[in-house]
Amino acid sequence: MPEKDLRILVVDDFATMRRMIKNILKQLGYTHIEEADNGQAAWSLLETREIDLVISDWNMPTMTGLELLKAVRSDERFKDLPFIMVTAEGQQENVIEAAQNKVSQYVVKPFNADTIAGKIESVI
Amino acid sequence: MDVKYINPLLSGTRNVFMTMAQIDLTPGKPYLKKDREAQGDISAILGLTGEVEGSLSVSCTQQLICQAVTNMLGELFQEIDDDVKDAMGELANMISGDARRILSENGLTIKGGIPTIISGTNHGVRHFTSGPVIAIPFECAFGHLTVEVAFSA
Repeated sequence: MPEKDLRILVVDDFATMRRMIKNILKQLGYTHIEEADNGQAAWSLLETREIDLVISDWNMPTMTGLELLKAVRSDERFKDLPFIMVTAEGQQENVIEAAQNKVSQYVVKPFNADTIAGKIESVI
Repeated sequence: MDVKYINPLLSGTRNVFMTMAQIDLTPGKPYLKKDREAQGDISAILGLTGEVEGSLSVSCTQQLICQAVTNMLGELFQEIDDDVKDAMGELANMISGDARRILSENGLTIKGGIPTIISGTNHGVRHFTSGPVIAIPFECAFGHLTVEVAFSA
């Protein structure tokens, strides 16, 4: 699949953050972007749409990004799905926990467009 | 006042506003706050739990937060609407996260809650504990911002 045809799911409970990430993705040439405001809504989209990459926050109501990651990695359909955590939780214990649950990449907020671009390049 | 709390908040606030909104904030002198009146037109407050318990708030003047959101989203914002309120919450979330990251590197682990947004003339910021409130003021060309933190005594 051509790189810019990636179907990306952006998950964050803050609409501002979803918009910022979508703007960055569009600047990078990605146009197939879905969004969800919590892990449960993201899971519903994963079950009904073809998604090639998940970019998710950690702290969200209903279902956190970590819970979403665990659900993804324990499901045979999605276990190899690239998953980038983009979160304000930058403490070492958080990074370790995400790594133990096989997150593909970890971005600590605040971030710039180059950081996101680099992380996407590394997982696709 | 304990500088171990002040310095992470100071650097976290400046880092967030510069990285996300390209706004350079100049810190002023921290002080002990006696009243509950917010220092801006919009505030975000969130709880802190873990090795210490308390709350953190960020208050902004309208022009400053609108400029920040304009820069973040590439669209013009001139009034405090739902988009600006949402952005305020995310900025407070990131300030909390960055400050807690620095504190954890110094051995103090704290978790942050999801922010609540308050706006309107003469709104108040009521911290979650009765402990002393440390306020850190910041200035820039667009207005001022105050970060406050209060921990249980």
